[in-house]
Amino acid sequence: MTAETVVGAVPAKAEFRTCQYTGLKVDVAAQALIKANAVAAVVFLLIGGLMGLLVALTRWPAVHLLPAEWFYLVLTGHGANVLLFWIIFFEIAVLYFASAVLLNSRLAAPKFAWLGFILMVVGALATNVAVLQGDSSVMFTSYPPMQAKPHFYLGLILFAVGALIGCMIFFATLVVAREERTYEGSIPLVTFGAVTAAIIAVFTIASGAIILIPTWLWSLGFISYIDPLMYKVVWWAMGHSSQQINVSAHVSIWYLIAALLVGAKPLSEKVSRTAFLMYILFLQLASAHHLLAEPGLDASWKIVNTSYMMYLAVMGSMVHGLTVPGAIEAAQRRNGYNRGMFEWLRKAPWGHPAFSGMFLSLIFFGFIGGISGVVLGTEQLNVLMHNTIYVPGHFHGTVVAGTTLAFMAATYIVLPLIFQREIVWPKLARIQPYLFGIGAAGISLFMMGAGTLGVARRHWDITFSDANGGHKLTFPLFSSGGAVASHYGSERAPKLPGTIILVAIFFVCFVLYYFINWKYLSELWLFQ
Amino acid sequence: MAITPPEHRIWWNEPIERVELVWIVIAFLWGLFMFVFMIAWHFIGQQNLSKEAYRVNPSAYEEKVEGFAKKFQVREEQGIPVVKAQAGSDVYLLARLWQWWPILELEKGVSYRIHLSSLDWQHGFSLQPTNINIQVHPGYEHVISLTPTQSGEFGIVCNEFCGIGHHTMTGKIYVTEQKRAEAGQRLAEGR
Repeated sequence: MTAETVVGAVPAKAEFRTCQYTGLKVDVAAQALIKANAVAAVVFLLIGGLMGLLVALTRWPAVHLLPAEWFYLVLTGHGANVLLFWIIFFEIAVLYFASAVLLNSRLAAPKFAWLGFILMVVGALATNVAVLQGDSSVMFTSYPPMQAKPHFYLGLILFAVGALIGCMIFFATLVVAREERTYEGSIPLVTFGAVTAAIIAVFTIASGAIILIPTWLWSLGFISYIDPLMYKVVWWAMGHSSQQINVSAHVSIWYLIAALLVGAKPLSEKVSRTAFLMYILFLQLASAHHLLAEPGLDASWKIVNTSYMMYLAVMGSMVHGLTVPGAIEAAQRRNGYNRGMFEWLRKAPWGHPAFSGMFLSLIFFGFIGGISGVVLGTEQLNVLMHNTIYVPGHFHGTVVAGTTLAFMAATYIVLPLIFQREIVWPKLARIQPYLFGIGAAGISLFMMGAGTLGVARRHWDITFSDANGGHKLTFPLFSSGGAVASHYGSERAPKLPGTIILVAIFFVCFVLYYFINWKYLSELWLFQ
Repeated sequence: MAITPPEHRIWWNEPIERVELVWIVIAFLWGLFMFVFMIAWHFIGQQNLSKEAYRVNPSAYEEKVEGFAKKFQVREEQGIPVVKAQAGSDVYLLARLWQWWPILELEKGVSYRIHLSSLDWQHGFSLQPTNINIQVHPGYEHVISLTPTQSGEFGIVCNEFCGIGHHTMTGKIYVTEQKRAEAGQRLAEGR
């Protein structure tokens, strides 16, 4: 099939239903694919989460559960399952939702979408099998000359091809929606954010192909040598960029949930969209973050790249950090919660797990993941923390307390809308984001503290407890009733004193923590 | 709303909220400051990772380190030579599965050219409890001018995963108090 037959021939076949909460037209084929991808995502989250629990219980000296061999095996599986499989399956579901559902359109070429899904499942299983067979305990990063079995790499490649098909379906759906005029004007902000995520995903997957295909051939014996430094440069163009897909996707979800639950409207479309654009332009430079402690790289290269070109991508995130709570404050004030600085926040729907999950994700991602990320990625400060447990501390702040929590919050929206199911245990659902969020934030802070003291990551024998893994037991997903209130309030200059105070606190923390680390650095032995 | 098309099709003509503009300016200036500060630390700071590195054949590097250890060995600890090089000279350390070799003895306040490379896989040089962390690659010889500012016994652990024996891979550096009077002055000069 050519693209043209895909785009042109099928509209009669697409079947729609109308959503009872939002009035959106939902393509039944898109709905089935969103369900399949979301379910696969959660399955891999469960596998990966269980492995994470085993890791935590082993590093907790009082328990020290697994023998070393099993610890490294499980840690490898944990990384692949949660950092790649859970996240990317869910992101594909988000892409289909943000294109077909939000644009009232049919999904382009659902058969190809299923092919992509199958490739992703097969790939994820192949890699898991390789890991569980025990001779591919090379960690998620699989740095050569350490070598895994060929099907470890092949699984990742198949998974990436499947994900690439998902991205292409997303882009094709945008074209279909535009051709068939299913919406007026420009695409919504959430879809715009999803476009940035998909563009970054294409870059990520291309980088993955460039490095994993030769590495796979090397594991088969067709290539004799992979330069370890070159591998790291290219591998991290996949490894770090894949986490930047998350940032774009979960920021989109913040806007989505804020819009659905309190009727939040972007303060200005231009600012929010430009902030997303900063991600496309500059986030990809991040592979340099992982090379700050390597031999032979010039300081100017490190500085330009690790700062995402003068921190312009960080500026993008700081802007979202203002505009998301700002939009919520403006909407809440329109809804009548206008007293004092913080009535809008106190009276927010904290009992709705989608809102609490989203807002905690925003706070933790900014305060823990964001600030620690900038500090960790500062050329000289990196020497204090490179490969210490501070590094997983940082990315549990971004990926667990940030992305994963936002995605969980999204499932509380998606379940009533797409699965059309009601809540099972609403009371448990209400506290779930708090348990998971605070647990994830706690584990991140513990690890960062230990890392500052020099405790190594990926290390079996350590006399320091970073274990606080109990929260990982608490994340089975329950649905919630979709109380979806949306207003289209009056315009003009909202006053946002509460948001201003929040971002001011954030900024002070950021600056203080930044300089504290320079103080630590200045006390080290001298080296140049 | 964020889930519906923007009110104005041409959204880039919308005015920007004042609070947003102020925050954008603050964020931009802070970013610029952090960017410039990394550059500035190369001039005002004394902790900047050297970029001096050479491609090296692992077996050639092993020979070099063995020659160095033989020449400057002062004693032995559990079969591993303890090596005390001359002040300011080249000092060699190798990483291999699962060992840092040899044990080094340095003098406080004296600068050494430390050579680091791996014979097999990647390893992570992590000086404890000082907390200096540097990646070690096979095939690359990294040269770092290092000046200890404390005396005592320091551990090296490996913090790059290197297989089943990873957590057993440790090494040692002794730093002795300086004997010469001018050493204190050298420390003050930062070299």
